[in-house]
Amino acid sequence: MSETSAWVIFIAAIFTNNILLTNFLGMCSFIACSGQIKTSLGLGTAVTFVMIMTTIMNYIIYHFILVPLGIVHLQFIVFIAVIAAFVQFVEMFVERFSPKLYFALGIFLPLITVNCAILGASLFIIIRKYSFFQSVGFGLGAGIGWAVAIVLLAGLRQKMRYSNIPEPFQGVPIAMIVTGVLAMAFMGFAGMVSIQ
Amino acid sequence: MTCEPTGLCQGKGLLTLKEGAWANNPLAIQVLGICSALAVTNRLENSLVMGAALIFVCVGSNLLVSLLRKVTPYRFRMIAEVSIIATFVILFDQFLRAFYWDMSKQLGPYVGLIITNCIVMGRAEAFALQNPPVLSIVDGIANGLGYAVVLAIIGFFRELLGAGEILGREIPGFSSWYTPNQLMILAPGAFFALGIVIGIFNWIKGPEPQENK
Repeated sequence: MSETSAWVIFIAAIFTNNILLTNFLGMCSFIACSGQIKTSLGLGTAVTFVMIMTTIMNYIIYHFILVPLGIVHLQFIVFIAVIAAFVQFVEMFVERFSPKLYFALGIFLPLITVNCAILGASLFIIIRKYSFFQSVGFGLGAGIGWAVAIVLLAGLRQKMRYSNIPEPFQGVPIAMIVTGVLAMAFMGFAGMVSIQ
Repeated sequence: MTCEPTGLCQGKGLLTLKEGAWANNPLAIQVLGICSALAVTNRLENSLVMGAALIFVCVGSNLLVSLLRKVTPYRFRMIAEVSIIATFVILFDQFLRAFYWDMSKQLGPYVGLIITNCIVMGRAEAFALQNPPVLSIVDGIANGLGYAVVLAIIGFFRELLGAGEILGREIPGFSSWYTPNQLMILAPGAFFALGIVIGIFNWIKGPEPQENK
């Protein structure tokens, strides 16, 4: 595991081990915010940025503070605090420099805090025992993979508005089934590279 | 929001229970907390443990948030809620590690991810902050139960169709001729199963929840 290069992990995190389509993380905002390609692109960018920064911070905190002090069992609460603080920072930044994006994202910017993909990525780098550079590769790849998936679904949902779907399946259920087809398509990448 | 002394808050408890577990089912109607619902339902056993975990965390955090609701400053309520929830999740995680190591290994990061499960946070924010402790416990049980039941349904069908077994055991008269469809165990099967379950819930409930789409 430890010999895998950061580059391979980066590619694998986007395609074969897509954090959304194979690990199901970040579904809430994925379903709710995939109506428009533009909004989803903004959210995807925000998530990628937050994810890479928080994986780096959490890696450093875990290996240089929690492990030496022997308080590894507090990792959940420490990680979520780091993420919450960082998201707050990004929110202020976006509000200051791009009010348009700020209003487009609305409630979903603070909700990045409770986006499981962010916390999940931090937990994965600990569970899979990645080195520092592997963690950077994984954080970046997972973020980009998430963004790719949400933009793809947004495109599909824009087209789907014109199709004739049975009433109970409109909205969330059909989005879920389309995501299933998307996940099947991504399974085609399996075997290209593999981690885990 | 005063509680009558008799019964469980004079039928109010029952109403809360019904609301949480069926009419406003967190998973199938409000579509919250789907990450874990998709990830752990590949086997029925995992689904049941995850359901139990969520009931425990939801009840515990609802109770504590409700007890502290008068002394929590409004501006800090989010961070207070997250810390309370994280505390209960750590408790459950340590319990699993101590007594059910295999299960803890299988669920992997998803136990920790209960912290970011929107159901727990949503109930603490929307219900426990305004209601007395007893009612909050009922609400926690109701929502946890609603989640656990849907999880069990999905887990049941995914294990049945994907492995041809239930709880790791063969079913007489079924497993002998059924060819397991691996797809149901893998990621796409999870999406299909949840999509169909939500669709069926919508169909039973009638068309009205579609209006604000």
